[in-house]
Amino acid sequence: MKSRKSEARAAAVLIAPFVVAYLVLFIYPTVKMVELTFTDAPLIGEGAWVGVRNYVRMWSDRQFWNALWNTLYFVLLTVVPNTVIGLLIAMMVSRLKGWLQSVVLAAFFLPYILPVSVVTLIWQWVLDPQFGIAQYPLSFFVGERVPVFRTRAWIMPTVGFVTIWWTCGFNILLFLAGLRNISSEYYDAAALDGAGRWKQFRHITLPLIWPVAALVLTIQLILQLKIFDQLYLLTLGGATNTTMVLVQAIYRQAFVTNKGGYGATIALALFVLIVALSVLQYQFLRARDR
Amino acid sequence: MTRRFDPVGIGLTTFTLLAATLWAFPLYWAVITTLKPEHETIRPGVHFLPEDWTLGGYIHIIQNTNLGTWYVNSIVTAVAVTVLVVVMSAACGFAISQLRFPGRRLLYLMILASFMVPMQALIVTHFILMNDLGLVNTWTGIILPQLIAPISVIVYKQFFDSVPKELREAAIVDGANWFQLLFRVFLPMNWGITTALAIITFIAAWNNFLWPFLVTTSERTMTITVGITQVKDAFGVYYARQLSGAVLAALPVAAAYLIFQRRVTQAIMLTAGIKG
Repeated sequence: MKSRKSEARAAAVLIAPFVVAYLVLFIYPTVKMVELTFTDAPLIGEGAWVGVRNYVRMWSDRQFWNALWNTLYFVLLTVVPNTVIGLLIAMMVSRLKGWLQSVVLAAFFLPYILPVSVVTLIWQWVLDPQFGIAQYPLSFFVGERVPVFRTRAWIMPTVGFVTIWWTCGFNILLFLAGLRNISSEYYDAAALDGAGRWKQFRHITLPLIWPVAALVLTIQLILQLKIFDQLYLLTLGGATNTTMVLVQAIYRQAFVTNKGGYGATIALALFVLIVALSVLQYQFLRARDR
Repeated sequence: MTRRFDPVGIGLTTFTLLAATLWAFPLYWAVITTLKPEHETIRPGVHFLPEDWTLGGYIHIIQNTNLGTWYVNSIVTAVAVTVLVVVMSAACGFAISQLRFPGRRLLYLMILASFMVPMQALIVTHFILMNDLGLVNTWTGIILPQLIAPISVIVYKQFFDSVPKELREAAIVDGANWFQLLFRVFLPMNWGITTALAIITFIAAWNNFLWPFLVTTSERTMTITVGITQVKDAFGVYYARQLSGAVLAALPVAAAYLIFQRRVTQAIMLTAGIKG
């Protein structure tokens, strides 16, 4: 048998690349971020120690609160709808068989693997105020053409809609796997008892799919709190402050106005928010599960 | 059970097909737009097919932008990220799963905990670090921060955990050392996992927007996902050209998905924590 020592040495070699990358690209930047929040450093260069001034400033910064509310608004618009739509589509797809199922699933899933900039270019075209094809149904329902990415009340819901179109495929896949794990015996037995579609859904599908739904909700919550790319691209570089979200506020402070210290402070706030909310939500969902 | 006439079922299937068509329609519409001359794209009314089929949009964008350079940048960085992430994760996951060494539990717990940390929160310090190392506007600068993939380590660890003990003992009796055990026994047994992780890592790296967007400031160093967003500023509203760029940017990942559909699905299940 090999000695303990040689085993530890082999382990050191094997974990070294990951551990080095982890320390340099993850631990160090995280520690550095916390340190930066106590300085007035620009993005590049040294700054002076300012104590908690960045935190005080953030507390009274209307732009920060605005970004926080916008982020939460976006979460509200996307997390639950994306999960519900994902489950509905998964149930529709799971009824189909063979090649038809593959084709339909691919149609729903394909957007998910596209780069964000491709997704936003497609929707900018489809929703173009002058030439976009979606303006036909839109003007039918609203009564006029809507420049959705330039109309304040429309921006967030539209970006939310595009986000759901883009990312729902992921939820569909997870739900499909969950649905396949439900034994058909349950449904056969229920059908024998004369339970209709709704009763089967309510008493078999829903309780058995709940753990997957909890997982999807948690993943969605964390994902949507980090909203930036599609909003930034669809609002033409976030021209207005009205739709500013947290990641955009970090970007704005650190990269546009060159306030590295303050940008890091908002980044830390996002960091804490995501960790806290995801732990909380997970506990809450687990509790309901029991 | 015997098949009976089921109007609700037929209705549901019809609805599903309609919904799928509508869902995929923007993709069709984007692709078909790239095959129209620019003046046809802005013609009033809905025209599902071009009157004059043309590749003008593609030709224009290839000739008048840095598209080729962006493509090379994307391929190099995405492939590098994929190879490095897979190798690092397999080695680390193997060590945590199969070897005893001090700090093993701590390492695993730290990897698990790092799950929740949003990379978006680290953009400021990542940029500072890359600038200090002189890596802004370089391939290495684009690659490095994307190497943190704790999820792949966890996936490998879980799979190596499920390899039967006897195989490992037999290899050791045959005189294999730990590295041979990993590369000759454990990895070949799990090629499926490696393929799945590699494909999804490649897609994620190719699609990554925020970090390449921040770390590249000149047009020549951009990746394609960042580059195509610059095209519109140069031309104003020319949708056939813009969307041609989008189609070209999406081509590798769309192809990867369509060819390796099952592997992509499997990888998504794995990384979401559902064994599939």
